[in-house]
Amino acid sequence: MFDKRLIVLFICLALASGVFLTWGLTGRIWFILELRSVKLVALISVGISIGLATVLFQTLSGNRILTPSIMGFDALFLLVQTSFVFSLGGVGYAGLSDLTLFAANTLVMVVAAVALFGMILRRSRKDIHLMILVGVVFGLMFRAISAFLQRMINPSEFSYIQGAMFAQFSAINGIELIASVVVLVMIGIWLARHCAVLDVVALGRDTARGLGINYDRFQFTTLCVIAALVSVSTALVGPITFLGLLVSTLAHSLMKSHRHALILPAAALISALVLVVGQTYFERIMRLQSTLSVAIEFGGGLLFLILLARGKTL
Amino acid sequence: MISIEHVSYKIGDTPIISDVTTALPKGKVTALIGPNGAGKSSLLNIIARQATATTGTVEIDGLDVTQTDPRILAHKMAIVSQHVGVASRLRVRDLIGFGRWPHNHGRPTQIDVDKIDEALSQFDLEPLAHRFVDELSGGQRQRAFVAMGFVQDTDWVLLDEPLNNLDLRHARALMAHLKQMSAQHGKSIVIVLHDLNFAMSWADHIVALKNGQVAFSGPTRDVAHASSLSDLYNTDVQIHAQGEQFFVAHHGPL
Repeated sequence: MFDKRLIVLFICLALASGVFLTWGLTGRIWFILELRSVKLVALISVGISIGLATVLFQTLSGNRILTPSIMGFDALFLLVQTSFVFSLGGVGYAGLSDLTLFAANTLVMVVAAVALFGMILRRSRKDIHLMILVGVVFGLMFRAISAFLQRMINPSEFSYIQGAMFAQFSAINGIELIASVVVLVMIGIWLARHCAVLDVVALGRDTARGLGINYDRFQFTTLCVIAALVSVSTALVGPITFLGLLVSTLAHSLMKSHRHALILPAAALISALVLVVGQTYFERIMRLQSTLSVAIEFGGGLLFLILLARGKTL
Repeated sequence: MISIEHVSYKIGDTPIISDVTTALPKGKVTALIGPNGAGKSSLLNIIARQATATTGTVEIDGLDVTQTDPRILAHKMAIVSQHVGVASRLRVRDLIGFGRWPHNHGRPTQIDVDKIDEALSQFDLEPLAHRFVDELSGGQRQRAFVAMGFVQDTDWVLLDEPLNNLDLRHARALMAHLKQMSAQHGKSIVIVLHDLNFAMSWADHIVALKNGQVAFSGPTRDVAHASSLSDLYNTDVQIHAQGEQFFVAHHGPL
């Protein structure tokens, strides 16, 4: 029933999680286990979100180089957060409950992403260079506006944003985590039912429409899903630009298939595996001398350059 | 029958098709011919719903293409277009299998498998069945896309320049196949063609477009003459008859 490679990936992830939880367990075992399992669930959730979001976005945009992060999705998320702090003020922002904040963030993010990226995809799907350019310009613009707003608020309010700005797996908010897991489960169910449609959508708008798919509505829904996934991962740990690219490339070359029923779970598992193994390595072996996000950005950035140099096909 | 009523189409301010009214007969092979930029592909795309007419209506067997549920239309007509980008690594067999989507929605049955096997053998694709589509030559890929249109098993098949990149043997085999489908199985074929010899030998009906308007249309033997074709292409075209065969000559020095 299940593909062997997926089972192997799953076993690897289970083993890595086991090691992450139990390595060097001394002292107050239950306290440490609780801390670590929260972190583990967060790592896995973030991994799954990034893996799924990237594969979905690449299917919609019909290429293997662009990812939601490269197109400025998470810069948009930071802008949304900054605008919240800016308009509500630090006290107002802190006064909101975590759940309200998470819901509001995700909602604004979904609306903004669908409006913007729906338009970009429609206009430039056939022209990958134009799409890269638009993505880079949007990303820069979002970052510039965020930076501008951040300069105008006072330093104590800025610290609220700072928490969201950098990838950090050490401080994770429990309520956000639960909300994220719920969102992920819902998205997982939706994806399981629409895997086959995604295979057709990957053939392009014209072909998919010719086969009787309501392409524009499906693209709209999928963009909503991507925006929600990016919100989940960015809300939990902040932006990690190149992980998605790394993961989708690995998933495609491992599965060698066009079927989303195989690629989506592979990308999700690989992504979670990279994060769990990486975090274990940096916490236990490197003793936090460096950070996981730096290593991922380095590796992923290198891969991005290689892919660009080799051209579109892979 | 596909009836096209007062269809106009503009890209920006440039008129591509201006007030075209014509009918494409059911159960026949219809060729759309005309010089470059005459609007052949645009008209085909409007029928296929890939483009939306600025004004006018297109009905296929009485169904307005812009109003009908796309799932119903997918059972009515199949489209084989010139440019299909395949993003993910896709094997020929899987590509053709997508043609069965309107019937099985991703859950293939034995009928689907049989249809795909049949298409693979008919289009000479059996040795290529497990190759990746992006590793094929232009002509092989073209045949795979045509096969995908055929397994969709619709009353109407629309093809946009399917002979591009095909060698002599495969071009001829494809046209013979189209003819057989319409003659024996009552399918209706609409095909954009550049090579007049193919149009003369295989098409039952011709619609000639020029500058976005219908220059002439009707049964091939009645409307395709040396004079009408010369006018259509603004260059001297001669027709030589040899028995039942017609040869269009346009190769000499100007």
